[in-house]
Amino acid sequence: MYNYKHYCKNLHKYIHIVDVCFFTVSQEQIKNLYQRFQQLSGNHEKISRDDLERIPALNNNPIRKQIITAFFDKRNQHQNDVGSLDEIGFEQFLMVMSHFRPVNSTATEEEKVTVRKQKLRFLFNMHDTDNDGIITLDEYRTVVEELLSQSGAIETEVARSIADAAMLEVASTNVPHMAPDDFYEGITFEHFEQILKGIEMESRMSIRFLDMNTATMRCGKLSS
Amino acid sequence: MLRCGYALFWLLESVLLICVVSSVKGEAVVTREGSHLKLSESSHSNESQHGHSSNITGIPIISFKWHHVETPYLVAFWVLVSFLGKLVIEANHHVTSVIPESALLICFGFILGGMIWAADKVQTFRLTPTVFFFYLLPQVILDAGYHMPNKLFFTNLGGILVHAVIGTCWNAASLGLSLWGCQMGGAMGDLDIGLLQYLLFGSLMAAVDPVAVIAVFEQVHVNDVLFIMVFGESLLNDGVTVVLFNVFDAFVSLGGPKIDAAEIIKGIVSFFVVAFGGSLVGLVFGLLISLLTRCTKNIQIIEPGFIFVLGYLSYLTAEMLSLSAILSIVFCGMCCQKYINANMDENSVQTVRYAMKAFANGSETIIFVFLGISAIDKVIWVWNTGFILLTLLFVLVYRFIGVFFLTWILNRYRLVPLEFVDQVIMSYGGLRGAVAYGLAVMLDENKIKEKNLMVCTTLIVVYFTVILQGITMKPLVMWLKVKRAAVTEVSLLEKLTNKMFNHTLVAIEDISGQIGHNYMRSKWKYFEENWMSWILMKPSARKKQDQVFDVFHQLNLKDAMEYVTEGERRGSLEFVRNENSIIDFKKKSESESFDINNANMSNDHGAMSTTSRDPIPSVSLEMHEQIMKAVREAEAINAHHLLDQHLYKSRKQHRHRFSRSHFDINRDEKEVQEIFQRTMRNRMKSFTSAKMGVKPPKTIVKHTQKEQQQKMPNGKSMDKAKTSYSGDEGPNSVSFVHPAGIENPAFMPDLDPMDLLQIPPWLGESELDSSMVALSHRAQVDLPRTPSNLRRLAPLRISTRSTASFTLENIPDTQQMDSDQLQPPPPPPRPPRDDGYV
Repeated sequence: MYNYKHYCKNLHKYIHIVDVCFFTVSQEQIKNLYQRFQQLSGNHEKISRDDLERIPALNNNPIRKQIITAFFDKRNQHQNDVGSLDEIGFEQFLMVMSHFRPVNSTATEEEKVTVRKQKLRFLFNMHDTDNDGIITLDEYRTVVEELLSQSGAIETEVARSIADAAMLEVASTNVPHMAPDDFYEGITFEHFEQILKGIEMESRMSIRFLDMNTATMRCGKLSS
Repeated sequence: MLRCGYALFWLLESVLLICVVSSVKGEAVVTREGSHLKLSESSHSNESQHGHSSNITGIPIISFKWHHVETPYLVAFWVLVSFLGKLVIEANHHVTSVIPESALLICFGFILGGMIWAADKVQTFRLTPTVFFFYLLPQVILDAGYHMPNKLFFTNLGGILVHAVIGTCWNAASLGLSLWGCQMGGAMGDLDIGLLQYLLFGSLMAAVDPVAVIAVFEQVHVNDVLFIMVFGESLLNDGVTVVLFNVFDAFVSLGGPKIDAAEIIKGIVSFFVVAFGGSLVGLVFGLLISLLTRCTKNIQIIEPGFIFVLGYLSYLTAEMLSLSAILSIVFCGMCCQKYINANMDENSVQTVRYAMKAFANGSETIIFVFLGISAIDKVIWVWNTGFILLTLLFVLVYRFIGVFFLTWILNRYRLVPLEFVDQVIMSYGGLRGAVAYGLAVMLDENKIKEKNLMVCTTLIVVYFTVILQGITMKPLVMWLKVKRAAVTEVSLLEKLTNKMFNHTLVAIEDISGQIGHNYMRSKWKYFEENWMSWILMKPSARKKQDQVFDVFHQLNLKDAMEYVTEGERRGSLEFVRNENSIIDFKKKSESESFDINNANMSNDHGAMSTTSRDPIPSVSLEMHEQIMKAVREAEAINAHHLLDQHLYKSRKQHRHRFSRSHFDINRDEKEVQEIFQRTMRNRMKSFTSAKMGVKPPKTIVKHTQKEQQQKMPNGKSMDKAKTSYSGDEGPNSVSFVHPAGIENPAFMPDLDPMDLLQIPPWLGESELDSSMVALSHRAQVDLPRTPSNLRRLAPLRISTRSTASFTLENIPDTQQMDSDQLQPPPPPPRPPRDDGYV
């Protein structure tokens, strides 16, 4: 029961964390997440890459790698830190999860904008692997190839040219009058934001953490 | 000036209107005569026919046989009149922007009805339930189902179902009970209506009508979620309301005292059986259609017919089994849309879409016009102020209460709650329509004494909601600042990102260990892709189903089209060149050749290297400028000359063959061959007359070879967007593969046959030149070839490669012989019909 005590001890801290990021959750929700965390980590304090990779449901996900990487990316921890971690604790886990919180209906416009920016940043970071603030063509191609790898119909060659086309599209919308010798280096965050302004990120990129699967919760309890 | 123009326009329009109206009046007189004929002469017709046959002394050259064609004639005529009405209404944009079309059509119906009434003194035309439910409604609903945005629908399915089922029941029950209560309280005077009859009336009034809702909401453009809530609800609750109506109808005919608990339970059970059974029938038929379209490759012309016939059959089958026909056809349309779109030919899909819209829009028009006409009938107008006003009030109030209450419950479970304004619009969008009227007319006069009062009330409610609420809807939407639908362009990046974060959401749900929407959706998708598609889709179609690929494909098509239009705008003069430009180019290219060479060297290693750029784009840009500046007249003369020379059009080219089973233009091999030979002959002539001996710069030849080698591995991969240039892959099918070479010869007068012919250097040279010059920079950047070897990202890489490759390949091999570079792939074998053009 060490972990539970540990959890109780830190509960205030967790609530503080989530409050910081407008993550309006109840204690119950945090508890649920905590149990899930424990279940994943096998009752350890930290969770490692392997732990996440073992989740069977993730096997079908074409961008599994990117997502798991995102969990260990320091950029997603709301601190101005760069690099990646080997293991994350529950706090960090919570931090990453907080990117997917739904927006309060009472939130002001400003809050909405910040939340939207955070969500976009998360997505952007998934593309921008070397953290230079630009999604280069190579980076983008890698992601798209993996994204489309699952649907067997599209070959790598096509995926590649789709990535190229998308890139060109961004280039032509953002730099409309490109001289023939100009060279478009890649998508910056501003461009990314500009292109995706049609998508209602703040409402679409959110998950309800309320209705937990009771089965897994029970598993979590059993293992603890 | 503008004002004056407007006034004139108005005047014209009113004149037009008057003309139409008067002509309609004239026609109405004809129809009146027709109906008189029908009324008065129907009794005499036998005699007169009898008389005719006995009186005949010779063969009449012309005889007037009105009664022979009467019914179909009247039907066709009414359809025409409704369409003309729509035409006139739609011509006045400033009116339709204020008043919704449906309201105007009803008013048009009033006018027509008035004219008929004035002529006949009795209403001879009205919307009968049979016509409405069997011939007018199915196509509207099928269209709605077929064009349903499935994903949106299923994402909001919970909310839609709650509103459609519980909301409708609530509306029916509350309206019926309150009216009954009011009657008990004595608010409506003396009416012979029992509780059950009130409930029956309530159930027919309960449904929001999809036809009216679509007609109004289509013009308002509210946001997606709101639209799908109102629209989905209206579609499903039609089904529900018909079921409710039938149940209560059964109760009424059973009579009050006989109803016990068992009967009520049976009623509830039958409600679910009817609703789900109907949906199931629809699903089965939808799957059937999908399966059928897998194997209709050889009968493409009637392929679209299957969808309509089977859709209609699903409606009739459900009706036959006394299941919900409306739900059946909705689900039939929704279920088959994806698979038939993938399975059928592009043309057939377009045909289905257009025909569907044509039918639906047409019958919608007719429905509204006849709703208007039906009003002008003295028989049905039974006025009871209390009943009518109370019904109106209750319909409105209970709709609001129901929507707000249900949404309040739903919002507790929704990720994105429906906002207050959305709820207001949802409530206010509760338009009643033709379904309610159709059901009201179906009431049995023997069982319900006050049928006419109910019909009349229904009509008033319909008019009130469609006309008044329809007109005020738009201002209300503006005033409440309802989120409008964003006009979105298809952006590839957006699609990709969408896909990406769908996967992300699923992953996060997996990691956080919960089963949510995303989880379900991904599971369904997995099942769908692995099983459903496998069974229901053609193998070849499965490839295309990916949305991203679709967008990509569309973008490519768009680019190609833009390129062509660009070429046309410039009069295709890019493909024509004069001597000056050639010389200019030669100079240029010589000075530039070193650079090209360099660039190529570096490209050889990092073929896809993003940094190296070829100087040719700038060259071509300059060249382009020069051509543009060149003397127009000289160019034009040159162009004419060239066109005369090269653009041989076959005599038979525009001969339209009539065939029921094929729709091709000009696929006749002989024609193609003739064109080919003629072109060849011309080519040969120009060959002899041209001066010989200018070799293309060597460096460029090298370039060619590298290009060719690079191209080969790519070239094999899938090229569905088979552009004409890809012809050089299949050696001897050159000119036979591409219809483009024939239909628009201006475009590449001398590209194709190059492989087959020893081309004079002059031509070869100019050929090369042409492509360099021809493609504007934009075109070079954007012009896609095939998905695999296209160079969309030209500025990031070497931009001319694609354009250079296929033109330069055409340079005859003999000239490359002396260059000690690698041999290009073996020249294509000569086709057997060489002799044809010598």
